[in-house]
Amino acid sequence: MKTLRKLPLHVVLVLVGSVVVVPLLYAALSGFKSTDELSRNPFGLPEHWLTGNYTDILGSGDFWRLLGNSTLVAVATTVLVVAVSALAAFSFARFAFRGREVLFMFFTMGLMFPFAVAVLPLFLILRYLDLLDNPLGVILPQAAFGLPMTIIILRGFFRQIPGELEEAATLDGCSAFGFFWRVLLPMARPALGTVSVLAVVASWNNFMLPLLVFTDSKWWTLPLGVVQFQGQYSAEYARVFAYLVLAMVPALALYSVAERQLVGGLTAGATKG
Amino acid sequence: MTSTFLPDERTGTGLAPTSPVARPGRGRARRRLVNWLTAVGFQVPALVLFIGLVLLPMLFALYAAFFRWGGFGMPSDYIGTDNFTQLFKDDVFLGDLWRCLLLVGLSLVLQLPFALAMAVALNQRLRGRAVYRMLFFAPYVLSEAITGVLFSMVFAPDDGLADHVLGAVGLGGIGGEWFADPSYVMATLFLVMTWKYFGFHMMLYLAGLQSIPAELTEAALIDGAGPWQRFRNVTLPLLAPTLRISVFLSVIGAIQLFDLVWVITQGGPDHHSETMAVTMFQYGFKRYQVGYASAISVVMFGICLVFALAYQRFVLRRDLEGATTNMRGDGA
Repeated sequence: MKTLRKLPLHVVLVLVGSVVVVPLLYAALSGFKSTDELSRNPFGLPEHWLTGNYTDILGSGDFWRLLGNSTLVAVATTVLVVAVSALAAFSFARFAFRGREVLFMFFTMGLMFPFAVAVLPLFLILRYLDLLDNPLGVILPQAAFGLPMTIIILRGFFRQIPGELEEAATLDGCSAFGFFWRVLLPMARPALGTVSVLAVVASWNNFMLPLLVFTDSKWWTLPLGVVQFQGQYSAEYARVFAYLVLAMVPALALYSVAERQLVGGLTAGATKG
Repeated sequence: MTSTFLPDERTGTGLAPTSPVARPGRGRARRRLVNWLTAVGFQVPALVLFIGLVLLPMLFALYAAFFRWGGFGMPSDYIGTDNFTQLFKDDVFLGDLWRCLLLVGLSLVLQLPFALAMAVALNQRLRGRAVYRMLFFAPYVLSEAITGVLFSMVFAPDDGLADHVLGAVGLGGIGGEWFADPSYVMATLFLVMTWKYFGFHMMLYLAGLQSIPAELTEAALIDGAGPWQRFRNVTLPLLAPTLRISVFLSVIGAIQLFDLVWVITQGGPDHHSETMAVTMFQYGFKRYQVGYASAISVVMFGICLVFALAYQRFVLRRDLEGATTNMRGDGA
């Protein structure tokens, strides 16, 4: 009876769910077809499961190089933004000093300004610093724009750690940095995990900055590669679908492992910002 | 600020006063200075990064917007506010503003209410709700580049998935050209944006809904309120802070919309899906009219600023209303 009453709701949810899933499933199945078959048989299962589209891409070095570049940029961005933000958040959370609130306001202001607004002058600065076609040209700005959100989340977490711990550490002869390094950071592991996942995803999906900074395909990241591949093989739908699916795998894998951190971090970041 | 005048520096807010004239001798003053330097020292790396790569670029754009400048050397051809007056006579830019407004309007009327409905649906005990939540949020994790390429193929003219589906259910007349049709392109783009972003807003709402104490809706139930009344008079008001944030993010998203448009249409056909960020990109990086493009950046910045200040006012008012809702993310 109770499930029967919820039947309409389930119908709606299944419908919405299929709108979300069908494009993804369609891409995955299409990757197993030939482009010919795709136009004859758009919905059905492949008549012959061709793995060639997928294996061709995996067999060429290009895809792995893009993957490597994306990984390098994401990891470096994350390490940098988390390290720098943790120091700042520690100071905001555990010190009472003149100018603290003004400084904090200053950083949170950064949340209001989207990346696209600053990208043009940023590009000019990067060119002036000779950071074009250099991974640092993407890593440093990404870290800079990630600061506000990371600082806000970490400050909130650091504040919850009881003051007695700090007193005890100080009595035992711990310096401020010693307390930060040996007590606070190990305790803050869940929060550090959350902000790291956010930073990795933001970097992984960034398109505009790598598009501008990396003119040399040697440094291209996965999003650039996907767009370039579609341009190159525009007539070979099935191949492009296979490429898309492979490019989705890392992001979806991370999501399935770190769903809690990602959703928790995004909602916490938004509500505190 | 006024702690210098306090006879005892221990009174006040707990912020350590740093004035060197403070009473109890020089040792204290020095210790306070050291404390201040330590505290600020921890901020230095973040400050350098933030000022150098966020703040300076913004200020430089503000400067360059008053020059006719191709982007090489320093700007020297000062033209006052000409870039701005030209901007507001430019049909493409005025169109950008209109399209931004259109996307915000569509989001407010369709996307966010839809996300809210899904959040309310998934906030109750329901078989498979964890699966639905995970599923609905998944598109948000994919990059705009992947989403863009995927949907440019799903909505490929006459032969994409969308046309096949519509044909199969007997609605073959709708659609057809999709992104290539000036009168369909924004609607199609909005569909893609909804596909990608509604899950994010849904998650925000779910977090907000879960922070509403169950006793409140139960009390309303005992008082005889129907489901709609409970939603309208209990849930919705308590969700207001979350709704405001979600609206704010949605507006900021519309102002800076670039990746999806660039990947799918590059602003076409004939500027019909162009956004401010795309126009800025075209002028700044394709036509080398950097002064003019800077003016676009400045206007985008101005719109964000005005909106953010209005938002701040709301947030302040919310805080003044007192802690009726205890909005704290759980941090992990």
